[in-house]
Amino acid sequence: MSALLFRDLRLAFRAGGGFGLGLAFFLLVAVLVPLGVGPEPTTLAKIAPGILWVGALLACLLSLDRIFALDFEDGSLDLLATSPLPMEGAVAVKALAHWLVTGLPLTLLAPVLGLLLNLPAESYLWLILSLLAGTPALSMIGAFGAALTVGIKRGGLLLSLLVLPLYVPTLIFGAEVIKRGASGADAVTPLALLVAITAVSGALLPFAAAAAIRVNLR
Amino acid sequence: MSLWEYANPKKFMALSGRLLPWIVALTVLSLGIGIIWGFFFTPDDYKQGSTVKIIYIHVPAASAAINAWAVMLVASLIWIVRRHHVSALVAKAAAPVGLTFTLIALITGALWGQPMWGTWWAWDPRLTSFLIFALFYMGYIALWEAVENPDTAADLTGVLCIVGSVFALLSRYAVNFWNQGLHQGASLSLDAKENVSDVFWLPLVVCIIGFELLFLALVLIRTRSEIRLRRAQALAARERLA
Amino acid sequence: MMPDLGKYAFAVLASYGATFALLAALVGVTVWHRAKSIRALAESEARMEKSDG
Repeated sequence: MSALLFRDLRLAFRAGGGFGLGLAFFLLVAVLVPLGVGPEPTTLAKIAPGILWVGALLACLLSLDRIFALDFEDGSLDLLATSPLPMEGAVAVKALAHWLVTGLPLTLLAPVLGLLLNLPAESYLWLILSLLAGTPALSMIGAFGAALTVGIKRGGLLLSLLVLPLYVPTLIFGAEVIKRGASGADAVTPLALLVAITAVSGALLPFAAAAAIRVNLR
Repeated sequence: MSLWEYANPKKFMALSGRLLPWIVALTVLSLGIGIIWGFFFTPDDYKQGSTVKIIYIHVPAASAAINAWAVMLVASLIWIVRRHHVSALVAKAAAPVGLTFTLIALITGALWGQPMWGTWWAWDPRLTSFLIFALFYMGYIALWEAVENPDTAADLTGVLCIVGSVFALLSRYAVNFWNQGLHQGASLSLDAKENVSDVFWLPLVVCIIGFELLFLALVLIRTRSEIRLRRAQALAARERLA
Repeated sequence: MMPDLGKYAFAVLASYGATFALLAALVGVTVWHRAKSIRALAESEARMEKSDG
């Protein structure tokens, strides 16, 4: 299991592995939005939580099709299917690897971008907590979408269409945590719900994703 | 003799063929009566004026869209558990009908919201949920179209439908959490029955029945078409082998 | 015969118009799909008959 994890991480960090792509995209969003919206600090502070969450979500979406596509093409997915490691475990490990190369760096980068967007000081803790709690769900849901579309040529657009509606609850609760945290309202409820989404996705979606992969390998 | 007999395509074709003319006739009758009654013979609401007439299509379309999703979910579950091909085709047939009803609910909602709420689009929880719903339907239909092998497509869309339903419920809850919304206003709400007198209620019920029958008729016709196409494909495959 | 819709005429008429247009499109596609499936099945059954006979 750890061998698979390290293999995926090594592939991602190699040149062209797409590690920098999501981060660069996230940075671009945070730089372009103030250029488009205007420099008023109050406006930026108001929309910053939403921008950061939407940016993180889209950056995550960019690299989803890589989770299984390359392994499907070179046949290593077939090998995984016949290996003693159950497909559910392989899917969970691959989602974890995806999170380690996108979700986690995005979470670490987000406070820096918060400065650019004039995010109020009391929001930073909530920003990091919400991304930490929510981005694993994004990777897991994304892995499920990638498993559904793995056999489809040029399935990138379809993958986005399938995954976006599934991202809605995570996005809403994630941005809500920061908004409420900034205004001093109760931010624990949405944070708990976010953790619940991540926990349930992590527990149940590997089964759905593994089923989809088995169908696609048939 | 069990209900599952009708999962046999031949039996399904025979039974649905016999029922369809009646269902179509009932659909035309109830939809015709409901719409004409609602449009021509109901008074204006003292508050909403003539826009109250929009509910005769908005509410039935919305409820039929939700029922269409329920039908898809049940049919997907039956396909995954019992592997009856007809039920996979029912799920496939229901999706475009559900999407159309969802779009009707969204468009009529926007047209009604413009004079009532002063805006074409409000991020009201129900409108937002329906927008997400429409995206779900589009993704589901696109997945059916994208996968070539029919059994693979049925399996994948079945899994998507089940996972999607869980997330649809979750979205509904999240959206409520996020915005309390305009729909709940007492004078506008249909949930509070005392606000809706029989003058509006009766034609609305007829329209709801009409839309449900329309859904049933369209799904049966589409399922029958899919079964025919599937049989034609099977015959063509046998021919190639021979 | 036309009811007086007052100042909301546009909203009401546009709603009914859009609904009828969408339903007509859906019914049209369904009927066309049905005709296509009947034709396809008839063709392949006819070919089967020929190869059998």
